Amino acid sequence: MTTVATSGLVGTDLGLTPAARHSALDLVPKAEGKQTARDFASAEEVRWCPGCGDYVILATVKSMLPQLGLKRENIVFISGIGCSSRFPYYLETYGVHSIHGRAPTLATGLSVTRPDLSIWVVTGDGDAMSIGGNHLIHALRRNVNMRVLMFNNRIYGLTKGQYSPTSETGKVTKSTPYGSVDAPFNTMSLTVGAEASFVARALDSDRAGLTEVLLAAAQHRGTAFVEILQDCPIFNDGSFDALRKDDAASHLIHVRHGEPIIFGAEGEYCVVKQGFGLGVAKTVDVAPEDIVVHDAYTDDQAYAYALSRLSEQDLTYSVTGIIRAVSRPTYDDGVRTQVEYAKSVTAQDLQETLNGQHTWTVS
Amino acid sequence: MTQTYDPRAAEPVGSGVTRLDQVVIRIAGDSGDGMQLAGDQFTAEAAAFGNDLATQPSFPAEIRAPQGTLHGVSSFQIQIADFDVLTAGDRPDVLVAMNPAALRANVGDLPRGGILIVNTDEFTKRNLAKAGYDHNPLETADFEDFQVHEIAMATLTAGAVESVGLGRKDAERSKNMFALGVLSWMYGRPLAAIEEFLEQKFAKRPQIAKANILALRAGHNYGETTESFATSFEVAPAALPAGTYRQVTGNTALSYGLLAVAQTSGMEVFLGSYPITPASDILHELSGHKHHGVVTFQAEDEIAAVGAALGASYGGALGVTSTSGPGLALKSEAIGLAVMTELPLLVINVQRGGPSTGLPTKTEQADLLQARFGRNGESPVPVIAPQSPADCFEAALEAARIAITYRTPVILLSDGAIANGSEPWRIPSVAALPPIDPDFAVAPEGESAAGTHQPYARDAETLVRSWAIPGAAGLEHRIGGLEKENGSGNISYTPENHELMTRVRAAKVEGIPVPALEVDDPSDGAEVLLLGWGSSYGPIGEAVRRARLAGYQVARAHLRHLNPLPSNLGEVLGRYRRVLVPEMNLGQLSLLLKAQYDADIQPITKVSGVAFRSDELHEALLAEFAGTLAAHEREKTPASTAAVVVR
Repeated sequence: MTTVATSGLVGTDLGLTPAARHSALDLVPKAEGKQTARDFASAEEVRWCPGCGDYVILATVKSMLPQLGLKRENIVFISGIGCSSRFPYYLETYGVHSIHGRAPTLATGLSVTRPDLSIWVVTGDGDAMSIGGNHLIHALRRNVNMRVLMFNNRIYGLTKGQYSPTSETGKVTKSTPYGSVDAPFNTMSLTVGAEASFVARALDSDRAGLTEVLLAAAQHRGTAFVEILQDCPIFNDGSFDALRKDDAASHLIHVRHGEPIIFGAEGEYCVVKQGFGLGVAKTVDVAPEDIVVHDAYTDDQAYAYALSRLSEQDLTYSVTGIIRAVSRPTYDDGVRTQVEYAKSVTAQDLQETLNGQHTWTVS
Repeated sequence: MTQTYDPRAAEPVGSGVTRLDQVVIRIAGDSGDGMQLAGDQFTAEAAAFGNDLATQPSFPAEIRAPQGTLHGVSSFQIQIADFDVLTAGDRPDVLVAMNPAALRANVGDLPRGGILIVNTDEFTKRNLAKAGYDHNPLETADFEDFQVHEIAMATLTAGAVESVGLGRKDAERSKNMFALGVLSWMYGRPLAAIEEFLEQKFAKRPQIAKANILALRAGHNYGETTESFATSFEVAPAALPAGTYRQVTGNTALSYGLLAVAQTSGMEVFLGSYPITPASDILHELSGHKHHGVVTFQAEDEIAAVGAALGASYGGALGVTSTSGPGLALKSEAIGLAVMTELPLLVINVQRGGPSTGLPTKTEQADLLQARFGRNGESPVPVIAPQSPADCFEAALEAARIAITYRTPVILLSDGAIANGSEPWRIPSVAALPPIDPDFAVAPEGESAAGTHQPYARDAETLVRSWAIPGAAGLEHRIGGLEKENGSGNISYTPENHELMTRVRAAKVEGIPVPALEVDDPSDGAEVLLLGWGSSYGPIGEAVRRARLAGYQVARAHLRHLNPLPSNLGEVLGRYRRVLVPEMNLGQLSLLLKAQYDADIQPITKVSGVAFRSDELHEALLAEFAGTLAAHEREKTPASTAAVVVR
């Protein structure tokens, strides 16, 4: 085996600089002309159920992509299995509709070998957090350059209505006629706990809010996890109604970096420190300086975790916006840096490698 | 390769030296005793001397089993010869046992009259008990048939290295080098190269280097000065084809093949792998060759390993994943995706004993049917098997060529015996290796094919689809695991299309041209054909040589391509009254042949985790000529069921 002077790699800069100066799009070729949403529509007929939240997400993505100004052929959408995973067929980019739960693995191999691509994983709550849970957490900890859009409808739609790992306890479905006894994941806690460098959430129907997080995710160097809350009108209709009705403002905690976390139609609620974490208080009861100012860029995971715990499975509160966006080394940059380093210090050609140290000649 | 096998009786040459045409040596000890290192060094000596040779290590699945127990015995066997050897040998002519457990685990293989060298220092009451002896077997009549040399190796080693000033325990650790010194004297091998190796290996610990060298010399001197050995032996160099040679294991040769693919195809090679015995050495080896255009990814599991490889292939690299049987089972669904998306993917399965976790460090060929059929749906995959450690290089090149050219997953079936075994390898010239052309699709100049590009349009003859990779402007398209429409690649559920696509995928793989099967039959009149695949190449070859020397007419052939099979196979099989198929499984290739060809197929099966010995196959041949082989094979399973513990 060839001995590589690996000790030289310890502590070297693996190509990481703060996110503001080092975008995920730096290495992706830019389009020459102006693009429109129509440029990203494929000829394939869209086949989701009428009223499915996926339609509005597709429309938002199509109108967001031109804003990136990337060459269309350098964008790849990779999905797993489930209703959401049909997504790549409807975009005129490169795309792979892979197998259940494994989209992040394909994206990892592609990301390592093709730094010139903007890679998007489209997945659902079952695909990402049940069958593909292992791959999701490992992609997050490695921080591979990819965006993961998880459409969360809290149900298995394509298999016709079984509960998912984000379904609320007690949910009655085809496979849980007496109500589910499973405890659901808190998606934000899970991803923050798995070392995610970018975590955001938006409601499908909130086009402005969704566009904002998608644009930020597109630029994030590392794994950007975006949860999109979405209804399945057939098997889980109205599941996010609490966040859509007239009093939605008192349930949605929308966070924005640098701003105090205040919500409610009149700003009557706010987020304050409470015990080891965060809690909700009435704004009138709190001194202004005690209201938590959102800091998406702090490296301290405890803050993002505390914020994630405000979201409850009964949707009393749901945090939306960019919860966390920090810069840390990405796996694929690291791999490429090592390859470049190895090439710079090892001049050996292949024939020398095959010959090895000890040869003998028969004449 | 020239056949120069000419067995001669051992012949004395001059005083105290006996000439042999070949010898098999096995050294065995505790897994911490450095047996593999001593074996490797003896191998390097023999190779440099010009002998042909083959080696086979054997180690326990446990990393450090309790010291002195049967579970912890590690051994290394080498055959050296003045002709082209095909295996590491059936049985040792010389056995070195470093402790009672090593003796007990190996002495059964030593033929009567064999040379037995034991380290008596370890033959204490306690160690004897650990090995299950209630007395010292060396003192019994059982061992009178062997030429026993009892040497207090630890004591002699400690004495020899006293000047270095190590503690007794550290000093005794060099006893493997003492044993190597004795063997080096026995076979007239110089010590200089080993000493150089030891100095390099322990460059940062000169005391240890010195102790090892002193122990090595002490062993050599022991052979020379004591009256214990009546003779030393000489095994002359072999007449091998001209060229530059080196020693190589199967896993290393396979890794080098992948480096060559990166060079000859111009594609990046991406290895996704999850550690698994006995395949991990491929990951280890390739991870040290980043400068040759190879990227390695240690995945979170077997599925992620193959998924990442396929993702890399999608982007225009060659995705490779290496594993063993249990891992192949986990990768099945992703291999099916590669079949459906028609992307290159190389899946290396270093087979081990199964099912389930089975025998991680032992060998078997029982994944053939898994490789051929172990996926849902009609899922054709080319399958290729190397026949020896050095052959892994060519097999890897061939598997990659098929994967890239035909846009298909290919399964390469190595096994534990090939992976860890080693032999001399005539090093190929990199410049002379044929190029591999990925033939990526590009849009016609000045035109955009967006929306009209047909990713599943095929070459009329080979049925190979067009392969556009991300970055190719105007060729944007979507692929996936759902059935593809002929041409467009869009989702299609129509019955006629699925029928068409299923048959086309099968025809594409079936139509991959593979070389005609060559038959070796010097008599040109044999009625019995011995047909093998994979690592049984060596034992079959030696068995056939012996049978021919004994006057039997036997033909032999060996399959490299298990799917598609050579187009002349049916014709070849039809020429023989009977076809014997030795396999380290319960008859998997035989089953395939019986299903496909009208021939009299007789399997010769073995599933002990240990490779065929050539004498077993020789006996099977004799049984065939005596008309008893079929009955003997039929009795194997009833004999096992009769021996079960009854509840």
